[in-house]
Amino acid sequence: MNTAATLAPRRFRPGFWTIVFVVLFLAFCTVTVIRFTKGLGAVTHLSDQFPWGLWIGFDLLCGVGLAAGAFTLTAVVHLFNLKRFEPIVRPTILTGFLGYAFVIVALLLDLGQPWRIWHAIVYWNPHSVMFEVAWCVMLYTTVLAVEFSPVVFERFGFHAPARIIHRLITPLVILGVILSTLHQSSLGSLYLIVPSKLHPLWYSPMLPLHFYISAIGAGIGMVILESYLSGRAFHRHLEMDLLEPLARGMVVALGIYGLMRLQAIRRNHAFGSILEFGYEGQMFLLEFTLGVILPVVLMSFKRLRTHPDWLVGGAFLAVLGFVMNRLNVSITGMEAASGTRYLPSGMEIIVSLGLIATGMAVFAFAVRVFPIFPDGPATHSSGSEEGA
Amino acid sequence: MGMGLLIDATRCIGCGACSSACKEQNKLPGKVEAVLTAYTWTTLQEREGLNVRRMCMHCEVPTCASVCPVAALTKTTDGPVVYDADRCMGCRYCMMACPFEVPKYQWDRPVPIIGKCILCAGRIKEGKPTACAEACPAEATLFGKKEDLIWEARTRIRQKPGAYVNQIYGLTEAGGTSVMMISNVPFDKLGLKSNLPAEPPAMRTWQVLSNIPDFVGVWGVFLYGVHWITARREDVSKAGSHDNGREDRS
Repeated sequence: MNTAATLAPRRFRPGFWTIVFVVLFLAFCTVTVIRFTKGLGAVTHLSDQFPWGLWIGFDLLCGVGLAAGAFTLTAVVHLFNLKRFEPIVRPTILTGFLGYAFVIVALLLDLGQPWRIWHAIVYWNPHSVMFEVAWCVMLYTTVLAVEFSPVVFERFGFHAPARIIHRLITPLVILGVILSTLHQSSLGSLYLIVPSKLHPLWYSPMLPLHFYISAIGAGIGMVILESYLSGRAFHRHLEMDLLEPLARGMVVALGIYGLMRLQAIRRNHAFGSILEFGYEGQMFLLEFTLGVILPVVLMSFKRLRTHPDWLVGGAFLAVLGFVMNRLNVSITGMEAASGTRYLPSGMEIIVSLGLIATGMAVFAFAVRVFPIFPDGPATHSSGSEEGA
Repeated sequence: MGMGLLIDATRCIGCGACSSACKEQNKLPGKVEAVLTAYTWTTLQEREGLNVRRMCMHCEVPTCASVCPVAALTKTTDGPVVYDADRCMGCRYCMMACPFEVPKYQWDRPVPIIGKCILCAGRIKEGKPTACAEACPAEATLFGKKEDLIWEARTRIRQKPGAYVNQIYGLTEAGGTSVMMISNVPFDKLGLKSNLPAEPPAMRTWQVLSNIPDFVGVWGVFLYGVHWITARREDVSKAGSHDNGREDRS
């Protein structure tokens, strides 16, 4: 493994990002210490009126949602048998796994008594959506780890276990898709219980389906984005022949999702609150035009879809729209009923940023050590020549 | 139906004996606060010239109990919705979900738990009334069997026409509650939620959750079917191209 050789040409640029990462990581550790000595009140802007904030709205809802590329792509490759997408499955599974790890770490900070997280295994309440969420997090993280394990086995030359997992890949992928379907939708179901609190622009009995389909759209967006980011960092080409058809899938998912949202608003008779152009109306318009209409329209044009910059831009908008939607459901839409305004504290933001930074650092590390991208770390030097 | 409380807002003199008795009974630190907190399980709020008691309503189908992932909150047959602090993970879903916004959190503690009225479940077991009802000097908080309390509330409303709003708050709200209130001022003006449907919110999620086992089976078979068909198609096309190759060669 010529790790030194792969590092050498990039020593200058990652230097900056390494510093950023170290600073964020240390800040994250500091906040963790304060959280577990002074309590959640000292660290967050949460209150009795507003008990769920950024860590649920962003870390949990978005962390899980943006990991949706993993189940989407494994289904495309292993169930729909579109084998040409195989080269980008591994980075997607890795992103999915890191996304879930990110969620779990965030939960450990957010829960009042994180060492009791195993209670959901022992004390059952099948009437609780949170119970379903807990089980899905546990099981699907395990499935992702197993799906990714052949990469690790291969790296260290254990071919027997890798072969066993390869033989079991179909039931494994089906299990992963079922768990993801349940989990993505259950995050929407979390909010079914608050019909009198969540604003009618977002509340709908169809919330589980909204969350599921938007996660597929944004999950594909994430696959495109991470191909772009890792391509930049590792001087690889963008796999345009694979990403362009993915963008079409994204348009379909976002299109269905957008229509469902409009139908839900019509059923709630809530179009009026858009026209009033109040706080919620503005936030909705921002979310919907920027994050749904714009990417759908842009990515419908073949000329834009096949152009790397526009493709990445469209994917970015889809992901941005997804994040705005989850924050609107969990924060904007809940504020009026709570009677307060919630803005995350600096320390809450530091935790979220620190986790993102850690996730990216682990991804960058894994890509260098394990055969994740088709050209792999070993053949990397030739890849960078092409890029240069 | 179990036991419950009837709060008559017209009779309350605002002495606060209920809140103090609650603090003492449940060994809650600090003074009685103006709003419910993890350490103030009941309090009086002045609205429209009335003193309005705020406390857990002890729903018949409690939303908090339905959403708790570890079943730390449960409805007892006696009436109280009780809390097992040793089970609680501190996820705060109960706080999010409660239509009356009752459960509160120990934001100041490193290892926080929820705090809310438990309707003196221990005292009820011993056959005693709740501490607040016992302390009330004005019969503004009555303790009794829920059906007796409904009877009493209806009698009071009927006997003095015009002295009460013709509604028992808690009879249908969120599926009905063990704590009920009557008043001479409409309840929404007293800061009580008036938009709560009679169907318990818990039913909305149960409609989804109860379908999961069926869904898993169908979805699993469908996905395997997709795999089976697409894999077969690939095999066929491979075999086809193989045959073509042979023909070409011959």
